[in-house]
Amino acid sequence: MAGLSSFGRYTHAVVRSLPDSLGAPATGDGAGPAEPVDLAKAHRQYGVYTGILRQKLGLQVIELPADEGLPRSVLVEDAAVIQGDTALVTRPWEPARRGEISSIKKVLEELKMRVVEVTDDGATLDGSDVLFTGREFFVGISKWTNHRGAEMVADTFRDFAVSTVPVAGSSHLKSFCSMAGPDTVAIGSSEAAKKAMRTMEQLTDHHYDTLTVPDDPAGNCVYVRLGPKGSALLHRSPEEFPNSLQPFQKLADLTLIPAACSEVAKLGGALSSCSLLINKKLDR
Amino acid sequence: MTTEVGPETEVKKESEQLGADAANEKHEEATESQENQKSEKTLSEEAQSSPSSPALATQSSPSSQKKEKDPSEGKGISRFIPPWLKKQKSYSLVEPKDEAKKKPVEERQAMEERESQLPEEVAEPKGNLEEATIESQQEAKADDKEEEKHSVSSADTQPAKEDSKEIGVEKVADEQEEKQKVEEKRETKEVQTAEIKMEKAPQKAPKKIKTVPCKVMLLDGTEYSCDLEKRAKGQVLFDKVCEQLNLLEKDYFGLLLRDNSDQKNWLDSSKEIKRQIRSLPWIFTFNVKFYPPDPSQLTEDITRYFLCLQLRQDIASGRLPCSFVTHALLGSYALQAELGDYDSEEHNNHYISEFQFAPNQTKEMEDKVVELHKTHRGLTPAQADSHFLENAKRLSMYGVDLHHAKDSEGVDIMLGVCANGLLIYKDRLRINRFAWPKILKISYKRSNFYIKVRPAELEQFESTIGFKLPNHRAAKRLWKVCVEHHTFYRLISPEQPPKAKFLTLGSKFRYSGRTQAQTRQASNLIDRPAPYFERTSSKRVSRSLDGAPVGITDQSLLRDFSAATVGPTGDMVFDDEAVGQTTLKNGEGRDEDGSPTKIQQLKLTQDEKSSHETLNVVEEKKQAEVGIEETVVIDEINRGTIQAVTDAGESRKVEHLSKKDSSSLSSDSSSSSESEDEVVGEYQPHHRAAEDIIREEQEENEDAKRMPKECATKVIQSVETIQEGSKVTVNQTQVTAKALSQENAVAIKTGEKNVMEEGKQDLRAEDEEEQLRINGDVSHVDIDVVPQIICCSEPPVVKTEMVTISDATQRTEISTKEVPIVQTETKTITYESPQFDGSAGGDAGVLLSAQTITSESVSTTTTTHITKTVKGGVSETRIEKRIVITGDADIDHDQALAQAIKEAKEQHPDMSVTRVVVHKETELAEEGEE
Repeated sequence: MAGLSSFGRYTHAVVRSLPDSLGAPATGDGAGPAEPVDLAKAHRQYGVYTGILRQKLGLQVIELPADEGLPRSVLVEDAAVIQGDTALVTRPWEPARRGEISSIKKVLEELKMRVVEVTDDGATLDGSDVLFTGREFFVGISKWTNHRGAEMVADTFRDFAVSTVPVAGSSHLKSFCSMAGPDTVAIGSSEAAKKAMRTMEQLTDHHYDTLTVPDDPAGNCVYVRLGPKGSALLHRSPEEFPNSLQPFQKLADLTLIPAACSEVAKLGGALSSCSLLINKKLDR
Repeated sequence: MTTEVGPETEVKKESEQLGADAANEKHEEATESQENQKSEKTLSEEAQSSPSSPALATQSSPSSQKKEKDPSEGKGISRFIPPWLKKQKSYSLVEPKDEAKKKPVEERQAMEERESQLPEEVAEPKGNLEEATIESQQEAKADDKEEEKHSVSSADTQPAKEDSKEIGVEKVADEQEEKQKVEEKRETKEVQTAEIKMEKAPQKAPKKIKTVPCKVMLLDGTEYSCDLEKRAKGQVLFDKVCEQLNLLEKDYFGLLLRDNSDQKNWLDSSKEIKRQIRSLPWIFTFNVKFYPPDPSQLTEDITRYFLCLQLRQDIASGRLPCSFVTHALLGSYALQAELGDYDSEEHNNHYISEFQFAPNQTKEMEDKVVELHKTHRGLTPAQADSHFLENAKRLSMYGVDLHHAKDSEGVDIMLGVCANGLLIYKDRLRINRFAWPKILKISYKRSNFYIKVRPAELEQFESTIGFKLPNHRAAKRLWKVCVEHHTFYRLISPEQPPKAKFLTLGSKFRYSGRTQAQTRQASNLIDRPAPYFERTSSKRVSRSLDGAPVGITDQSLLRDFSAATVGPTGDMVFDDEAVGQTTLKNGEGRDEDGSPTKIQQLKLTQDEKSSHETLNVVEEKKQAEVGIEETVVIDEINRGTIQAVTDAGESRKVEHLSKKDSSSLSSDSSSSSESEDEVVGEYQPHHRAAEDIIREEQEENEDAKRMPKECATKVIQSVETIQEGSKVTVNQTQVTAKALSQENAVAIKTGEKNVMEEGKQDLRAEDEEEQLRINGDVSHVDIDVVPQIICCSEPPVVKTEMVTISDATQRTEISTKEVPIVQTETKTITYESPQFDGSAGGDAGVLLSAQTITSESVSTTTTTHITKTVKGGVSETRIEKRIVITGDADIDHDQALAQAIKEAKEQHPDMSVTRVVVHKETELAEEGEE
């Protein structure tokens, strides 16, 4: 079981290099980037990001090689839901992305995770629709994730309450919210975000503080516990969202680490999307 | 001594004799064994005395004479035996055995006369022993019995009691003998026969106590069985079980009815068991009812242990879903708690598969469990349990009671009731949640379940959300569970403030136990050394571990053990080691009670406690307590109730009840009031449905109506208690019959009037009347036994026309038939004026006021019950008087009755008489003699 004390504690991060096909429209639905992706900028941002994971957060980063056939494979978060020793490899709504799963699964197995696969052919699940708060799961029922996908989460992580949160539009649940601390939810200011937050507050047995940020994308940040006391929050850079910096600064005892991911964001990605964080206790 | 050797063989003989009659009921066995012991004694004594047969021979001739005389002797003797004896209806049934028995007894007598007092001395300790055994078996009765010993007048009753009584009497007789024998032997003979009869009666009497075998499946997989009085309330059983388990923090637990469905039906401890379970035998499961959100706050390890057992069951059965990792972790703690540290030699590869940790246990999981078990080295069982609970309590489904339902669109969902509120699941996903503070009202109607929800922040209106449950019972069950959970977890005390908006609906049902707050408070006061208990896994009782026999053998050992000696504070004993400690444990149990483990006392003090804690209901509560105390008193007085009579009375009672119910129903349909109406509507359609259901529902209906008056529930409960108590009382002294019939009359009348409040008053009236009678009884019993009773309800009779003459003899006949000596005749005559019927026809009036006055003189008890109602603009005052005239033949009852009626007329000159019910009971035997 995940003790609360271990929330935000990670040892490993799984990332995947950017393919050059990043800017190309994905097959199938044609849900390609709305704006052209600046590939060089994307690489630069990716480099900074992995650097932070390694150096500032002290994680062991496992970088999977790029696959040109999978333009969106950089968004590894969608491929798996991880809690404790258990990883649920997902079944993305986009059939083209289902090819991303196998290599993720392999690496998770190498890490000796208990890997669970989605067995239900009717289920669709994107990892970025799943918010784990340390106490429970919220699964966005969105364009990408359906009820049966959410059930898979409930099935896999039976210890936890798994609540569903309707998400409108083409957003993922985590497009506008994330955990900014053990009991703090960072949330955007859009109506959709507010509504989702109300739903979550209604569904939970616990009380979460909310950190409202003006910009929805800034609501996605990455909380990492560094040591016995320190913790860090990876958040969108002030260059991208100047107004959203201030709310984060109100958080005490937290090292703020700004990072930009404007290019990946054009694919629907966010800060959390680019890595799978794993807590693999090596002492066991 | 030969007596030491004799018993065993003799017992066998005797039991062979009795074999035909042997019943499965323990009580009977107990009494039988007593009988056996007694006869053993005599037989062995006989053996002793056999050398001196000449003396015997001389003695035997008079006794055989007497035997011939026997039948006729019956009546003659009846003069000499105390009146209470006459009522033993089992008398004649014993006849066949008499022949066999008489001889030994007589011989014994003869021998006793010759020999010194030695046999008696032997008998005495044995008697005590026997009593002790009975006590242990009849825990609930323990109190009564004690009292019983003090009062001699109340002898005839329940068989077991009788026995102990009888022993005493016998002794007395013996002593008499001793004195008399010097003077006259004939005289002694008479006493003797009386003695014999007394001895015989009890033998059959056990059949009359209506006990029901009862089994409770315990959390460790063992079975607790006992015999319960047929009318026992759920609480009696629950207390017994908790005592057996040595469990003090019992408010978290409950008993489940085992019916075919997989649904959880909790035994309502405030109601009679027989009204909740229809099938025999009674089988229950002891389970956790309220999962403590934080088990570490429990005071005792033993409580945590039982919680652990429950959770292990929940987990292994899949009711409490766990991830693989958690299964393994919890399993490893369970192993540590039970087996201690991992021992590579002792714990081979297979030890693990004897445990079940998960619904689908895999080798992988078992390996993981072993791996984790190794890491727990050094944890004590209690610590392991604590770790287990710390992890288990975080499981999202911990303490969630699930119910199948459909939402308004017909989609299958699950409703989960938990400490925090109501959870709505679709499949395994939580799709909504209503915390208790958000819920304004919970109701059910037919198979629908509704919650009224506080408006959300920006909304203005409360909304009501409805769910469809599979059937009405399911809806009711869910509703009950909600009420209970809300009360237990959210309230300080069970009573609701009068204007509480929450749960203002319908059924009388309320959670009557202690709330979590109260139980925590109470457990803070627990001050006993941690009780010893043996841990075991329910999943492997049948297998032996470590080569030591753990399972079945020891259970049987346990059973024998507890049945034979342990008694109230019996502990779970699983191996020899534990047995050794039992005595100690018992002592402990007693210490913490602060009193020598008397269940009833305990119960009383608990009640007192709760009344102190809950301030809202002081008045009603008090009543309730009085009621209980009253009951105790009654029991003391009347240990002698003949059970068959009770039964008859009981069935009567039911009739009476149902009458009331139907009347209340009809009034419901006509009179409407806002919220109640809803509930009423709910019940009505089911009125004509399955009969079993009806009663319950009607009951609720009835009570629902009283809800507006806060805490009516309490009143009712108390009344129930009292009624029961009085039933017992009356049965014995024969006042009962009368009281019951009075109740009936009243019930009918009220049925015609405005029922809503009336029912309540009625109850109150009964209540008071009964209390009164109880007091009266005390004196009656002391002074003399009531031979004749005339009672009259509705005082003035002048121009009355006889409408019905009902003869209520049947009930008493049951008892009288078999009694050759005493016959009782019961007559009930009802005089009714026709106008009464006409005016009353179902027109529901509004009750203005009601009062009940009771007064008492030497031979009469008068209960005056005045109700004022408004019907169609006309106010009506109705006065009911119940006059109980008791006394010997020297009182002229007719005159007394006439006098009473006259008085009533004088008191209310402006009123007319609508009905007179005369209920008369006479002992024919007495008359015959006159």
